[in-house]
Amino acid sequence: MSQSAIGEAAPAAPRKDKVETPFRRFVSEFAESKVALLGLVVFAIIAIIAILAPWIAPQNPYDLAQLDIMDGRLEPGSRNGSDTFNYLLGTDDQGRDMLSGIMYGLRISLTVGAGSALIACIVGASLGLLAAYVGKRTDTVIMRLVDLQLSFPSILVALMILAFLGKGVMNVVIALVIVEWAYYARTVRGTALVERRREYIEAAQCLALPTHRIMFRHLLPNCLPPLIVIATMQVARAIALEATLSFLGLGVPITEPSLGLLIANGYEYMLSGKYWISFYPGIALLVTIVSINLMGDQLRDVLNPRLKK
Amino acid sequence: MTVYLVRRLIQALFVVLAMSLIVFIGVYAIGDPVEILISPDADQIERERAIRALGLDLPLWQQYLVFLTNALQGDLGRSFVFNEPALRLILQRMPATLELAFGATFLALLIGLPLGLYAGLRPNSPASKTIMAGSILGFSLPTFWVGLMLIMVFAVQLGWLPSTGRGETCSVLGFIGITPCSSGVQWSFLTTDGLAHMVMPAINLALFKISLVIRLTRAGVRETMLMDYVKFARAKGLSPARVTFVHVFKNILIPVVTVVGLELGSTIAFSVVTESVFAWPGMGKLIIDSINVLDRPVIVAYLMIIVLMFITINLVVDLTYSLLDPRVRLENKGT
Repeated sequence: MSQSAIGEAAPAAPRKDKVETPFRRFVSEFAESKVALLGLVVFAIIAIIAILAPWIAPQNPYDLAQLDIMDGRLEPGSRNGSDTFNYLLGTDDQGRDMLSGIMYGLRISLTVGAGSALIACIVGASLGLLAAYVGKRTDTVIMRLVDLQLSFPSILVALMILAFLGKGVMNVVIALVIVEWAYYARTVRGTALVERRREYIEAAQCLALPTHRIMFRHLLPNCLPPLIVIATMQVARAIALEATLSFLGLGVPITEPSLGLLIANGYEYMLSGKYWISFYPGIALLVTIVSINLMGDQLRDVLNPRLKK
Repeated sequence: MTVYLVRRLIQALFVVLAMSLIVFIGVYAIGDPVEILISPDADQIERERAIRALGLDLPLWQQYLVFLTNALQGDLGRSFVFNEPALRLILQRMPATLELAFGATFLALLIGLPLGLYAGLRPNSPASKTIMAGSILGFSLPTFWVGLMLIMVFAVQLGWLPSTGRGETCSVLGFIGITPCSSGVQWSFLTTDGLAHMVMPAINLALFKISLVIRLTRAGVRETMLMDYVKFARAKGLSPARVTFVHVFKNILIPVVTVVGLELGSTIAFSVVTESVFAWPGMGKLIIDSINVLDRPVIVAYLMIIVLMFITINLVVDLTYSLLDPRVRLENKGT
């Protein structure tokens, strides 16, 4: 219920008169929102920074040989001890350059976020398809599970799983997948239920194609639009949830600090006015999440058939 | 109605059982309880005695039955850290969490309803657009980071509000003056100092709900404004204020209140984050601390209580909903 209420009813995009492929139409409709384009550009930059971090970061924040404890908790813009570069965003208590820390942290945050969203998408979409296509018992069992899970908030489910499994990147991914799969399953099932009554499915069945082929080659492609929207939003949610869990000390281990853990590291220094250790990773996290959400918002408007005239 | 009630109750009972099984297996089977329950320097004989005393040599299903029987009698084990019954530890901290959650819900309605109403009535005004953009931010911002920023600005830089803790507390009876303040269940909102401590955590926790209420209200208003009965009320010549507040507002209130009620549970769950940031001594902070030191009985007790709480909230909301909207009840009759 809350999900659909969040969905904005934006005015439908005006039609343009030119010959278009579906993909071009999609691109031009997406580009109609300047804000969404901005989100795309910003996210692309962030992704590139994350990928290129080892080559563009001023230092390797995990290489202890490069760290100088004497440089600990320096203000943004300070010169480093060996006079080779400036700490643009300051340093943390270990004398680690925050800018480099953020670049490397983005890598982990994005990997965990996108990775878990992808796995959850595969698991959830498959189960959703199965529920819709097979129906009956299978449908009831899967959807009961979905309902049960969605009646508990994501943070609680994640907390529970991490309490069982303990810390670790892999465990966080598992927890996020378990939290998220239900959203995909519900979405795909809803669309697939409508689609499977269409003629092309009937035609495929008449051709006696194998069930898995009908499900994944015929049904799935037609359920993609809402799936893409959900997946985009879920990546943002996964990144935020991972950061929250890491902040609480339940997420990634200290050896692989994501943005959330960087923020947690700076927490105790915040009260003494050394704001930058928490502040800048937070900004990086915020910009990442907002840029994804902006894209997702526009994708929802573009891909929602109900809003098309 | 009775049939519906009974069926919902039985369903709820099954969910509780299923969750207790999951929690039990999760904590006692995936992790090794021997490692955690028995001190590492105990010798072999001591270990075996402890294993027998704790019933860990029994088959898993028997262990589960023991766990269940004890749980039904209100015994969820003793905390290793505090050496107190886990249940009591959690119940002691529950008022702080409830107070925070209710405060946040109250704030969400207080701030969200008027803003949503305005945004729904004048969807194209710049103010409405600002409100909606703000609500996107409310969804996007990670709670814990907003909490940190609140502390940074209002506690560290400006020094207006205290950063952590519950502040001075008082019991309800003490507040009226019947008993001394320190006896009975303690509440922060009864003292000025406590209120000052509560402001930031409550706002922090409310942030997401405010956005939610704004969106729900706005969507509801926009939908309701197109309804025939609103048009009719207008055509009848009623004042715009009466149409807005009686005809429109009353009708959108049901879904909004339902969702906020449903969200109460998630507010309590998410208070884990807020409590950790503001060192608010509630259940949420207890569970995080317990997970970090692997205080399993407390973890199990917390999970069981919160699951129970959730199922109760869902049940109450469902029943209220079916009372308000007979369609829900009738729809369920068929299945």
